[in-house]
Amino acid sequence: MTAIPPAISVSAISVSALTKKYGEIEAVRGIDFEVAAGETFGFLGPNGAGKSTTIKILCTLADPTTGSARVAGHDVVTERDTVRRNIGLVFQDTTLDTYLTGEQNLRFHADLYGVPKQAFAPRLKQVLEMVALWDRKDSVVATYSGGMKRRLEIARGLLHAPRVLFLDEPTVGLDPQTRVSIWEYINDLKQREDITIFLTTHYMDEAENCDRIAIIDHGKIVAIDTPEALKASIGEDRVQISTADDPAAIRELRERFGIEAAVREGLVTFSVASGEQFVPRLFAELPDTVRIRSVSVARPSLDDVFMSYTGKTIRDAEATIGDRNRMLATRFGRR
Amino acid sequence: MAASTTEASTTEAAPEQNLTDAIRVAVPAQSLRHDMRAVSIVWRRELIRFKSDRLRAVTALVQPVLFLFVLGTGLSRLAGHGLPPGVDYKTFIYPGVLAMSVLFTAIFSAASIVWDREFGFLREMLVAPVHRWAIVVGKCLGGATVATFQGIVFLALAGVANVPYNPLLMLTLVGELLLLSFTLTAFGVMMAARIKQIQAFMALTQMLLMPMFFLSGALYPLSGLPTWLTVLTRIDPLTYIVSPIRHAVLSHLNLSPLAMRTVSPAITWDGWAVPLGLSIGMVAVMGAVLLGVAIAEFRKTE
Repeated sequence: MTAIPPAISVSAISVSALTKKYGEIEAVRGIDFEVAAGETFGFLGPNGAGKSTTIKILCTLADPTTGSARVAGHDVVTERDTVRRNIGLVFQDTTLDTYLTGEQNLRFHADLYGVPKQAFAPRLKQVLEMVALWDRKDSVVATYSGGMKRRLEIARGLLHAPRVLFLDEPTVGLDPQTRVSIWEYINDLKQREDITIFLTTHYMDEAENCDRIAIIDHGKIVAIDTPEALKASIGEDRVQISTADDPAAIRELRERFGIEAAVREGLVTFSVASGEQFVPRLFAELPDTVRIRSVSVARPSLDDVFMSYTGKTIRDAEATIGDRNRMLATRFGRR
Repeated sequence: MAASTTEASTTEAAPEQNLTDAIRVAVPAQSLRHDMRAVSIVWRRELIRFKSDRLRAVTALVQPVLFLFVLGTGLSRLAGHGLPPGVDYKTFIYPGVLAMSVLFTAIFSAASIVWDREFGFLREMLVAPVHRWAIVVGKCLGGATVATFQGIVFLALAGVANVPYNPLLMLTLVGELLLLSFTLTAFGVMMAARIKQIQAFMALTQMLLMPMFFLSGALYPLSGLPTWLTVLTRIDPLTYIVSPIRHAVLSHLNLSPLAMRTVSPAITWDGWAVPLGLSIGMVAVMGAVLLGVAIAEFRKTE
């Protein structure tokens, strides 16, 4: 995967000074970014930040007001049909014909995209096996579960071997297990096909799967980097302890370590630069009167990154559960 | 299929396919052949859907059957006096009811566009790298085919209305039904481009279809009507197809010229008899114009 051939080093997506106005409202206010071929690029932002407008422009479904965008080396306005032939789209809402079978849906797509007839059968088998739907290809789509429908759409998006695959909220509305499995398919896809993936998501834990992410807010890109670098950029680890005497613990933390702590979620919570090195000191130096019952150290999550750049949380119960799991995993003594 | 050493970029014209790898699919540039393939698949989808929806085919038959048997039988004693001997009222209304049998199916087919929009499938079609006209033409041909099928089922009941199963007559009728179905579907598709809610679409088309049916002369001859009704029947586009259908049916019954004139009078415009050819031609032109408008409408959206 790492060896992306440099032969033609054209960016898969290249956006420059892009703006889009709807009447008075400026949905996108001058954005620039590049997505390299083979990259998985996450596009995050609160609702109404300009996320869907940008993706619409990149998919040729809306024209930019000013600026330009090139996808797979072609201009989205002047070479619209060429762009369309080179991209695969999976929308938030299903766009399947539920009266047709899985195979019929894909055949429809193949004919619309002019997939060569002799290539259709092997390619059909390949994409359906990739999403584990080959044995269900003759069932009417109405009988599919939500996760199966999404997988079928991903398979359909790949059928004409696009160079760039757009996934707009690929896992929205799916249960947690199905979301995990969808991501397994996407990661598997990256191994098998030489493809660039551009996706939007609300789920911060999913954004971790991206090579790079961009955060858009109020129509502008406020951060763009790898998930690791973004997390590092906002710094400190979060430590939570449960003690026999919380007010005493908070007092001791202030007096001995100069750390401001507060009770959050029923636990004494504070931030330090390097959590796992701080915790042993904590045990050594806290007096016996303040007995520690449990400790957890959490790295800054992408939620924190998102929060610090946009001032908003992506309100989402799933993400909260994800955080808690991560915290459990990083429990003191188990690392 | 494990190996995954995919080499990028030079996808252009490399027909060699290595099946263990991602199968190379070089999507060709836009061409007429490609557009025709799109027309064909959109058309075939209508047929597949019609085949899988038998209930729709049955329910679409209910109304014409009711008209023919219940209304036709019930009114035949009353209407019988005005008709020449040998012409049953059922026979008289058969052509109009035949037209009715395709009416609703054709409009339902067009309504599936509104449906497709609601369920997102329209988007799959509109983002494809094909010309919009290909989608619209495929849709209209599909609707026309399905509606004509429906008409053919009703045509099987011809004997019950004392209409002979003459091969030439049957062929003529199928041709006329095809023309009517195409024009109606084109009309429906044009409306579907604008109307986004299925309820609104259904209500509006119902509101148009019933008056069209009643004014078309399906149930009564078009001569000797009060002026206001004469004008309305001449405005109704359906009149111009019901009249040739009736002429075809009745001319196979060996009626005297006088009787023929009574039951199948020509459509007149201020005394001038419109030739049947012109009548059919008008429907064809209308179909073409509606198709053109429908294509223009769909070019605009999104």
